[in-house]
Amino acid sequence: MTATPHAGRTARRRRVSGAVMAAPALLLFGLFGVLPLGGVLVLGFADWDGLGTISWSGADNWTAVFTDAATWDALWLTVKVMVISWVVQTPISLALGVFQAPAARWRAVLAVLWFLPLVLSAVAIGLAWQALLDPSFGLGSVPGLGFLAEPLLGSPDLALYTVIFVIAWQFIPFHALLYQAGVRQIPAALYEAAAIDGASRVQRFLVITLPQLRYTLITSSTLMLIGSLTYFDLIFVLSGGTGGPGTATRVLPLAMYITGFQSHDMGRASVLATTLVVFGLVLSLLITRLSRFTAMDSQQEGLT
Amino acid sequence: MSVSPLSGIARRRFLAATAVAAAGVVLAACGTAGPGGEPAAGTAALTMWALNDQTVLKASVDAYNTDHPDAKIDLQLYANDDYKQKIRVAFGAGQAPDLFFNWGGGGLRDYVKAGKVAEVPTAVDADRFTPSVLKTATFDGKLYGVPCNGLAPVVLYYNKKVLADAGLQPPKTWDDLLAAVGTLKGKGITPISLAAGSKWPTLMWEEYLLDRVGGADLFSAVEAGDSTAWTKPAVTEANKLLRELVDAGAFGDSASSLTYDQGASTALVYTGKAAMELMGTWEYANFAKAAPDFVKSDLGYTTFPTVPGGAGEEKAIVGNPSNFLSVNAASSTEKQAAAAEYLSKYVLNTDQVAKFLDSGTVPPVMDLERTLQDSTSPDKDWMWFVYDLVNEAPTFQLSWDQALPSTSADPLLTNIDKVFLGQLEPERFGQEMSKVAGS
Repeated sequence: MTATPHAGRTARRRRVSGAVMAAPALLLFGLFGVLPLGGVLVLGFADWDGLGTISWSGADNWTAVFTDAATWDALWLTVKVMVISWVVQTPISLALGVFQAPAARWRAVLAVLWFLPLVLSAVAIGLAWQALLDPSFGLGSVPGLGFLAEPLLGSPDLALYTVIFVIAWQFIPFHALLYQAGVRQIPAALYEAAAIDGASRVQRFLVITLPQLRYTLITSSTLMLIGSLTYFDLIFVLSGGTGGPGTATRVLPLAMYITGFQSHDMGRASVLATTLVVFGLVLSLLITRLSRFTAMDSQQEGLT
Repeated sequence: MSVSPLSGIARRRFLAATAVAAAGVVLAACGTAGPGGEPAAGTAALTMWALNDQTVLKASVDAYNTDHPDAKIDLQLYANDDYKQKIRVAFGAGQAPDLFFNWGGGGLRDYVKAGKVAEVPTAVDADRFTPSVLKTATFDGKLYGVPCNGLAPVVLYYNKKVLADAGLQPPKTWDDLLAAVGTLKGKGITPISLAAGSKWPTLMWEEYLLDRVGGADLFSAVEAGDSTAWTKPAVTEANKLLRELVDAGAFGDSASSLTYDQGASTALVYTGKAAMELMGTWEYANFAKAAPDFVKSDLGYTTFPTVPGGAGEEKAIVGNPSNFLSVNAASSTEKQAAAAEYLSKYVLNTDQVAKFLDSGTVPPVMDLERTLQDSTSPDKDWMWFVYDLVNEAPTFQLSWDQALPSTSADPLLTNIDKVFLGQLEPERFGQEMSKVAGS
């Protein structure tokens, strides 16, 4: 397309109207996203207990936080939760998504059933599982389920995995839904052609379904990884608000909360918050880069 | 004003008289304030925040509001967990209420240091409260809080039937306790119920053990800011005793899975699956609510066992002396005057004391003997036990997590939990804590 003066004007007008349309969202994002973030960054260099006057402390909070072994423990636990959650949730979600995609009433009924956890609030899920996993009065007291009468949430070795299990229980339905939508988008013609060529079920899944679900996989993985990075409420409830036993489930967001709102050390809590933000940004940038996620848009618009 | 033992009718008449005096309006007691009446002493409307389980305290606000229809107290009630954060943020933002409910100790000290709390008005007669309780809200010789509910020392509860079936007596000494643990464990009963998942119940054991081993002065030194006190041998000794108990299997396998709010640690005792529990006096009300028959026949309670060779006194207690109401320093003079009116005449007045006693709670008020003697409450024995316990106690140590500055509370609870789990050697506990206190 050659650039005529007319076309240039249209483009400019389009750019202006685009800015106008984006303005409310940008304003809200600035007000509730960027501004508090700036505040947190500044507070990282200050000493404040939330009550008295704020005094500057230079880089003290930063050195204190990063020389504290507890911070690195929390970071390591966070990475563990992220990676294990991804490894556990992705195959199950994919399998469930592929299973519930074809139109059949019984599949829909099952899909509704395992969609239920997503409708519940994290606190309700946490309290319910806490009661279920209680070694004296929970599932373990049911005849035949005695093997569950273990301190699943109380053992420093098992607590983290129990928490990851409950998180998976809550979020697998959501990711299954994503995959279901992805599978339904795949043109039936591809499968028909493959069937004519005599491809087996497994071949069809590996050669058609999986590659076609690539962007769904990226979307789901991004949500999963970033989501588990900042995941807080369920872990808070399951560990009785302490990140325990010991510090076995004290992930970074929980450490931040405890530092800020139980120890009332807003400076160090802000350092932890900034760390979390930077970690999250780097992670999502990495995912989009490595997966060439942005290429998806240009494909859709036919620009590349 | 001392609390006089009055019968029901006399008490009501006495109350009416107080109300009349308070309002300064003769007809106020009949609910028809005359047009020519003097304005009430408190003329400014107040805001007040408290916890939502404080039903008796709420009645004192209702009484005040009935007497002051033109300038009421707007009472907001909150759940336990949000409350501390909420009040902190409100003070930081200058949106705090005129009167606020608190725990005294290190938490209140933060507010006092920041100049957020006014001294208790002189109109309040502090002499009528138990002195050991007032200490918790006294900083630099000045009182910053008025006690507003019951005494909450930590006591050892036990299931009489379970102990009797095992041929045991309630433990009086540490060796009794260890022997009982061995016997009960052999019978497949969890000897001691503990909600270690919440961490603070484990702290109660640590508090009593250090008190028995090292005496009350040791923790007073820590409280005063002496970070070397944590490294005294008695601290290690106390932690070794805690380990000894854990290693003997006293708390069963599942203690760390229990959080207190879930109620399982309470249920273990009244269902007979566990024999004993160390908990604050509020647990009595929980037992009474969940298992009234158990309270009538099988619930026993006693003091913490003595530790042979320890420097502590056998009658020393730990716990939460009571909660307090404090006045916001930023409130106007009129509002502070109204607050003084409420605090001096409505908080823990005769009616409040009676209501607390009816609910099985002993308020921190002096000279309650005759009231207790005349009481017909089914919980009379319990109330005498708590009253004597506090009155005869040489020291009443506030829970450490409340007494220390808030920056120390979380490391304290985490380190104790680690000792409990065997992740931190008893010898290293003191070192870890002195690091926190010194930083």
